[in-house]
Amino acid sequence: MTKPRTRVIARIDVKNQFVIKGIHLEGLRKVGDPIELARKYYHAGVDEILFMDAVASLYGRNNLFHIIEMACREVFIPITIGGGIRSVDDIDKALKSGADKISLNTQAIKQPELITKAAEIYGSQCIVASIEAKYKNGWWEAYVDNGREETGIDVVEWAQELERLGAGEILLTSVDMEGTKKGFDQALIEKVYSKVNIPVIISGGAGSPAQVAALAKHVDIDAVAFASILHYNTYSVNEIKEQMVKEGMNVRI
Amino acid sequence: MSKKVAVLDYGIGNVRSQLNALNYIGVDAELTANRDTILNSDAVILPGVGAFKHGMENLNSHGLIPIIMDYIATGKPFLGICLGMQLLFEESDEFGYSEGLGLIKGKIKKLINEDIKGLKLPHIGWTSINPTNNRDWKNTLLNEIPIGTPYYFVHSYAANPSDISDSLATAQFGANSFCCAVEKNNIYGTQFHPEKSGEMGLMILKNFIDKIK
Repeated sequence: MTKPRTRVIARIDVKNQFVIKGIHLEGLRKVGDPIELARKYYHAGVDEILFMDAVASLYGRNNLFHIIEMACREVFIPITIGGGIRSVDDIDKALKSGADKISLNTQAIKQPELITKAAEIYGSQCIVASIEAKYKNGWWEAYVDNGREETGIDVVEWAQELERLGAGEILLTSVDMEGTKKGFDQALIEKVYSKVNIPVIISGGAGSPAQVAALAKHVDIDAVAFASILHYNTYSVNEIKEQMVKEGMNVRI
Repeated sequence: MSKKVAVLDYGIGNVRSQLNALNYIGVDAELTANRDTILNSDAVILPGVGAFKHGMENLNSHGLIPIIMDYIATGKPFLGICLGMQLLFEESDEFGYSEGLGLIKGKIKKLINEDIKGLKLPHIGWTSINPTNNRDWKNTLLNEIPIGTPYYFVHSYAANPSDISDSLATAQFGANSFCCAVEKNNIYGTQFHPEKSGEMGLMILKNFIDKIK
């Protein structure tokens, strides 16, 4: 195989030190302890972990640095941190706490030059631009503040702009599908994949490995984030990966 | 007494996980740019992410280049990771021409991705490593690592050693077959991140620590 394997990422949304899970990023329920889950998914062979502070925008800061610091002592795979990162200073703190990448959404929209500045200092590889997409009549709108605030910005155009600004990856969350376990917003994903040349992590809607495999028939998936089905023990990391392999996908076992 | 490893501090990247991984395998690790601390340690790691030129400038501004040279002359093990491995070479064409440490002969060149549709740069993800020219990994940095084990990579540039016998392992990215691990006397390097590659990554760090005499 000459293309990199499809990465399987565990997405852990955190609110006030608890892992939470909602539907459409709302109606959040506590589902566990972030460090415990990170440890469990790591030992089960997940490829990366993504920690998101679900309420950071409300408080105006990320509250996960301590969690990252603890998790990094025993989890030796790439860790991304997102939510409430507003400045180079915040990025610096995030990386010093042990994160490998930081994810920017709200602040990237308010201040796009932060992406460029951060990429120049730390390298594009550690800048993940997060997009929260909601379907509108015939287009997708980018949202901020964890799917709460609309921006009027077209997701597909914004994705291209983020690449141009220097983002190393895009985290594409479908707010419509998020937490539903009903599968992915294929039209959105196909559109974004056809327009950008940096890896795109798809997030929102993963309810089974079969859905991922079905999507893979149309899109060369770089990475996919799982949350609900892992947190609720619907599938283990192993089951997800084995099923993906059975369906002909190239993943790390 | 536990072994002392100096992780070179030149102001770039996430070194926390490097220190954590070393602590996890029972090594006393310290982030430092201090000459005496470095020369007195049992092993040295040069970490790094980002651009080659920026990396060399930072090594220089932290006064680390002569210290690295003096340390390597002691014969004690030295490991460069990711950009840290690239810096071991003579030169890179990233953002124009930049000179490297010149400890291993060869150049750093950009990976080519034009040939395959959907092949994206940077190369991010878990990719198998294989022995260069079927060489035996026994007693090398990759001792007892199963052939084809995937490791975590994040890079757009790769090393081209002039002397192929310096290359321990090769990885495939599109049409690129690139050198992803080197070993020359007491100098070791990996393009991938052992500290981010799970248990098989920690095993490489243990192999490195085992090089301490």
